[in-house]
Amino acid sequence: MAHVRFKFTFPPQLIQEPLIYQLGQRFPVVTNIRRASVEENWGWVVLELEGLDEDIEHALDWLREKGVRVDPVVGDVVEG
Amino acid sequence: MGFAQALHCRECGREYPLRPLHVCEFCFGPLEVMYDYEGLARSLSRERIGYGPLSMWRYRDLLPVESAEVIDLHTGFTPLIRADRLARALRLDELYLKNDCVNPSYSFKDRVVSVAATKAMEFGFDTLACASTGNLACAVAAHAARAGLGAYVFIPADLEQGKIVGAAIYGPTLVAVNGSYDEVNRLCSEIADNYPWAFVNINLRPYYAEGSKTLAYEVAEQLGWRVPDYAVVPGASGSLFTKIWKGFNELARIGLIEGPVQTSMVLTQAAGSSPIVTAYQNETMNIRPVKPNTIAKSLAIGNPADGYYALKTIADSQGTAVATDDKEIVEGIRLLAETEGIFAETAGGVVIAGLKRLAEAGHFPRHRSVVAYITGNGLKTQEAVVGALKPPVTIQPSLSAFEEALKSL
Repeated sequence: MAHVRFKFTFPPQLIQEPLIYQLGQRFPVVTNIRRASVEENWGWVVLELEGLDEDIEHALDWLREKGVRVDPVVGDVVEG
Repeated sequence: MGFAQALHCRECGREYPLRPLHVCEFCFGPLEVMYDYEGLARSLSRERIGYGPLSMWRYRDLLPVESAEVIDLHTGFTPLIRADRLARALRLDELYLKNDCVNPSYSFKDRVVSVAATKAMEFGFDTLACASTGNLACAVAAHAARAGLGAYVFIPADLEQGKIVGAAIYGPTLVAVNGSYDEVNRLCSEIADNYPWAFVNINLRPYYAEGSKTLAYEVAEQLGWRVPDYAVVPGASGSLFTKIWKGFNELARIGLIEGPVQTSMVLTQAAGSSPIVTAYQNETMNIRPVKPNTIAKSLAIGNPADGYYALKTIADSQGTAVATDDKEIVEGIRLLAETEGIFAETAGGVVIAGLKRLAEAGHFPRHRSVVAYITGNGLKTQEAVVGALKPPVTIQPSLSAFEEALKSL
């Protein structure tokens, strides 16, 4: 099981969509909101995701396809 | 007192005092060092910089350090070489190579670690740490030795012998981690959360990353206080790329060069690890992480922390991004060596291969200046090219044997 943290930034057209709910319905991934700021036409949320690597990957792909910006809270730490 | 004022969240703008912090406690956005640019504009001049040491520390006013004594191995002020033979091969008019192969531990990582090690001392840490596949490991171990700090260096267990020796010689505690690349990443993030160490690219990342700006300052000064039309840079996390752009713009902001900066920033990646180039080509600001598979191990970051900002830099500078495959990378290393006498590691091959690809596509108009950043020494990645080189001609010790062999050459 993987336990990862991502920051999702929602563009204006998605701000009223229940995307986190839909993500939990579509994929076997546990979501846990750690920080969030949602305003009238802009918002972001830091979400912890728990699940199998491939399920998390599919969930992230689905969000990206919807137009959500997905950023690693900390990217790879192994550097060349 | 230095000119660094605060840490600033790149996302929500919140400010923090200059402490060992790397993400915003409110929104988890990355933190960046902010400076008193008005004060810098008043007190910094080309002459003042000219009186400084012939190292990256001649720009210390533009770096986030307070202490009089910095941890330095005489890093930086590396040669900027006019590369006419390579330029002719690529049909470019004005090409320069910034040769960072000649830093003390043979890569540009000495710049970032010199700043991080100095900050580690300022913050009172007694141990420097990193997770690395080569260049960073060497730089951290060397600077810890110089500073008298403890050093923990985490490496993947399957790392090549040459790189292990290159770090081990400085006497750090080397920890080889048995696991996938993702597992090594995850473990090292956890270790950084649980031990009171200065992890250079985790809890000291905002300071560490600033060291890369000196690659912009030096190029501008070495070009006679002007910026190039194009800067071609290797991309891994995207940090180096964004910091070179930041460095050029800081010089304009404080009046040391004429602004606005017109440099077009060109990011190059290996096709086997190119999440930033892929996002650029797909015209999206969304980086999709990849599992790296390339000989360019020093650029093998599949989940780049600064990927979004690298894309933003490309957009802001009207730049571009290009990925090349492993075969082109090896050819790039050879082309650079055979035309200019510089033996670069695979990241240098990525830069030359990307430059070649764009030059052939007619990307560079006539009479424009191009600077290619060569960030690491080829002796570190010999296994990448050894199969592509002609073996030596072996002969008996006689003139006739030599002359016989000469006929077949």
